[in-house]
Amino acid sequence: MVASIRLENTAFSYGEKEVFLGISLEVHKGEMVSILGSNGCGKTTLLRCIQGELRLKQGRVLLEGKNLSSMTPVERARKIGMVFQEHSALFPYPVLEVVRMGRAPHLGFFARPGARDTNISEHALERVGVLHLRDKAYTQISGGERQLVLIARTLAQEPEIMLLDEPTSHLDFKNQVLVLKIMERLSKEGLSIVMTSHYPNHAFLFSSRIALMAHGKFHAVGNPDEVISPENLGAIYGMEVRILTANDPESGDIIKFCVPVRKDQAELTHN
Amino acid sequence: MIQLGKYCRGFRGGPSDMREVTDGIRERAGDDSLGTQTRLRDQTLPYRAVGRGDVSLSPTLVMVENSEQTMTKRKIIVLIFLPVLVFYVSLFLGRYTISPLDVVQILLSKIFPVEPTWPKTMEVVVCTVRLPRVLLAMVVGAGLSISGASFQGMFRNPLVSPDILGVSAAAGFGAAMAILLSLDSTMIRIFALVFGLAGVAMTYSVSRVYKTTPVLMLVLSGVVVAAFFSALIGATKYVADPYEKLPAITFWLMGSLNLSSINNLLSTVPVIALGSVGLLLVSWKINILSMGDEEARSLGVNTEVLKGVIIVCATMITASAVCVTGLIGWVGLIIPHIARMFVGPDHRRLLPASLSIGACYLLAIDDLARTATSAEIPLGILTAGIGAPFFAYLIRKTKGAWT
Repeated sequence: MVASIRLENTAFSYGEKEVFLGISLEVHKGEMVSILGSNGCGKTTLLRCIQGELRLKQGRVLLEGKNLSSMTPVERARKIGMVFQEHSALFPYPVLEVVRMGRAPHLGFFARPGARDTNISEHALERVGVLHLRDKAYTQISGGERQLVLIARTLAQEPEIMLLDEPTSHLDFKNQVLVLKIMERLSKEGLSIVMTSHYPNHAFLFSSRIALMAHGKFHAVGNPDEVISPENLGAIYGMEVRILTANDPESGDIIKFCVPVRKDQAELTHN
Repeated sequence: MIQLGKYCRGFRGGPSDMREVTDGIRERAGDDSLGTQTRLRDQTLPYRAVGRGDVSLSPTLVMVENSEQTMTKRKIIVLIFLPVLVFYVSLFLGRYTISPLDVVQILLSKIFPVEPTWPKTMEVVVCTVRLPRVLLAMVVGAGLSISGASFQGMFRNPLVSPDILGVSAAAGFGAAMAILLSLDSTMIRIFALVFGLAGVAMTYSVSRVYKTTPVLMLVLSGVVVAAFFSALIGATKYVADPYEKLPAITFWLMGSLNLSSINNLLSTVPVIALGSVGLLLVSWKINILSMGDEEARSLGVNTEVLKGVIIVCATMITASAVCVTGLIGWVGLIIPHIARMFVGPDHRRLLPASLSIGACYLLAIDDLARTATSAEIPLGILTAGIGAPFFAYLIRKTKGAWT
């Protein structure tokens, strides 16, 4: 089976400043891959290279066997949907209008969305459970709702791949889980998902695979249980981390989670 | 019996919620007695004050049906007929009194054979003096407003006006130089046009980095180019003869429509019409561009081509307007806001609305300019002098709710 996304020995640099080097990865249809790493390790840059916004300095990206650099922006937009982290809304468009913008890659330069595009957009809103927001002003809904609307807009693009840059970073506890659950469901419906994250625990709970990134390289790639270890997390974040397990008294499941070690406190009590 | 809480939740949302509520009420009222229906209506009424008031809950609830669509239709009718009305009124306004009926007859006589019952002078005033001026005011007002609206979307900034890329300052310098060189009015226009276009070209080339033109770079380059040409305008004024040329330059810079003629009209209308059609064609893409360049690109939009189209269309419009009328500020800045208050932020509706409201506004201002006093008042003074307080009133009244 041809991989949805295949990165072959890719590298990128801003001028002289090298961002990442020698990164290879395969993402299969329906997989949900999380990229973990500290701030500034190049996660976002890597996503933007997979999306085609930035040009690789070396190596290549294949989407279902097709070279990304040979694709036009419209072809790319039909295959890949991107949910950005930084996003400032200025004009109070109705939510449905924002989602309809996702239809752009399927329409000509001077075209406007029609009834079919509206149906697809409404369906996209329904899939992420926010159809009731349809006529609300996009600037007046909450951050969590806005993130879901952006995911719906990306769905309206009808892509095969969805890239998300820290989709949970501005959300509260409940909305973080809500967004991730929806992403998990979408991946089970056949979407290939790559997202960056700052939360190892989220990656534990929801990812089918995890890539740990540090200093412009992949430190480790594999399933969450293998990859998330005190050693690996310690290496990429440069700090001591414990992985704890607990039995959920309700379900009896074993839950794994990681917590940072409060070294300063330990030192204080010793002294 | 009545779950009023359910119906009234989220009521602040506006007309659509209102429709939902009334739909719900009607459903229930259908299989209920008339008494319940009346009660329901009575209990809903107090909430009218909470909603935007767009929907009139008249005694017969049926009238509420599709109130949103009715509103839109009503707005479209206003936007089409308001310019016609202002146009008509403007033709019989002025020092030379002409009755409204005569105006209609004179206009009709151009199409149908009507026996003239009016003096020849009257026909000259209407057809040669007022008509070109009125039409030019409308076309220029519409053009400046649609370019302003497009630029505000493209630059993602509500403070942007059509001269953000330096077109006005550069055109002003061209005109000032032509006046300084004692050239005739045709050459003044050509100088203004050429310099205006050159100014925007300069801005565009200064802002170009890595084969892209980031919006921030465009704004900064525009400020730089405008400042440069303003300095040059200052220099021409400084060396100009203070008795003849300095007043001419100053007057040109304040803008006026008193040079309107059929020829001016014929050279301006096609360009502004073409530019406006171009902008209307990409109006939906402007919505996407207003979400930011990178996001628009991720949706497959070729942002460089799109920005190019918008800049070329808006510059064509602004430059050809400025070169006939001089600098008319403020129209392209506030009309898009007024249009947004009226039809919302979607550029597919905003651009046509800006055309209509802009045409009415500049025409009304020009009517004032030529009728308020025996001497003509420069337009630039009135567009801002009247527009600023009016806009202040609007933003106070709406409390910025449209943005």
